[in-house]
Amino acid sequence: MSAADHHAHPNPHADGHHDDHEGNHGSLRDYLIGFILSAVLTAIPFWLVMSGAIADKQATALVIVAFAVVQIVVHMIYFLHMNTKSENGWTVMALIFTIIIVGIALSGSLWVMYHLNHNMMPMMSHDMGQVP
Amino acid sequence: MSATTLDAATPKASPAQITAAFYDLNEHDHPEGGSTMLGFWLYLMSDCLIFAMLFAAYGVLGGNYAAGPGPKDLFELPLVAVNTAMLLFSSITYGFAMLAMAKNRKGATQAWLLVTALFGMAFIGIELHEFAGLIHEGATPMRSGFLTAFFSLVGTHGLHVTFGLIWLFTLFVQIGAKGLIPANQRRLMCLSLFWHFLDVIWIGVFTFVYLMGML
Repeated sequence: MSAADHHAHPNPHADGHHDDHEGNHGSLRDYLIGFILSAVLTAIPFWLVMSGAIADKQATALVIVAFAVVQIVVHMIYFLHMNTKSENGWTVMALIFTIIIVGIALSGSLWVMYHLNHNMMPMMSHDMGQVP
Repeated sequence: MSATTLDAATPKASPAQITAAFYDLNEHDHPEGGSTMLGFWLYLMSDCLIFAMLFAAYGVLGGNYAAGPGPKDLFELPLVAVNTAMLLFSSITYGFAMLAMAKNRKGATQAWLLVTALFGMAFIGIELHEFAGLIHEGATPMRSGFLTAFFSLVGTHGLHVTFGLIWLFTLFVQIGAKGLIPANQRRLMCLSLFWHFLDVIWIGVFTFVYLMGML
């Protein structure tokens, strides 16, 4: 082992201008809470689908999507250590921007393509009958 | 700061004075890697958009079986559950590697990285086994729109994990050679974000592709 192993704090950012993102590794407690929550939030949707506990498919789909959203938030907080203060809030700003873009792109694609399929299919056969 | 009040239009102002008025000449010190974490986060957000597009393609094409096999004929949920567990275990062991790094324990960091790599390789191995089985059954990416979108989405995620593993082994060797120097710590933190981010994407994959497909 070299001297590199014995630094008290190996990455000191001496000047206060750049706020340090160091010390943001999370704690053992954070990781364990995140892991247990994730395991539970993964196991329940798998069990719901594999056992068919909820008869209504639409309801099952809504429940497992809700579990996924909660688990993504759990990962963000306990594994990615997201908070509103890191990098002066720019990480959160970038995240919010991404969520908005993803929301527009996903819902827009599905909406447009659903209506495209819906409108094109019957009309095609209908129009074919009108062709002189 | 009085220089900034200088009227640049005055004919008496020398070029040097004008420069001083409009440019920050006394640039303060930027520590090396000071903005790496934010930059890497922005990369992850753009990667998120790539996955969003692949999810959108799957959402649009996911029902086009072209009279071929559908999700219920192909997917095996127990296998997917095992795969999900592998990725989740690798996430927590990477967390342990980060905790060991924070305590400056080089050997423990490397050991946890190795455990993480084993879980990551198990994940890739199971995924390749699944893909091989699908292709053997004739469910190739060329078979239908559903399978094209499926292989694109899940394959891209698997490719990310593969590159994460290459990065992980590179860091393992670098830590072995140079120890937990600040540059290596920064790299470990970037890989940490990357690795946990891939787990977040996998939540979307197993929910929307596998679980919803089996409903």
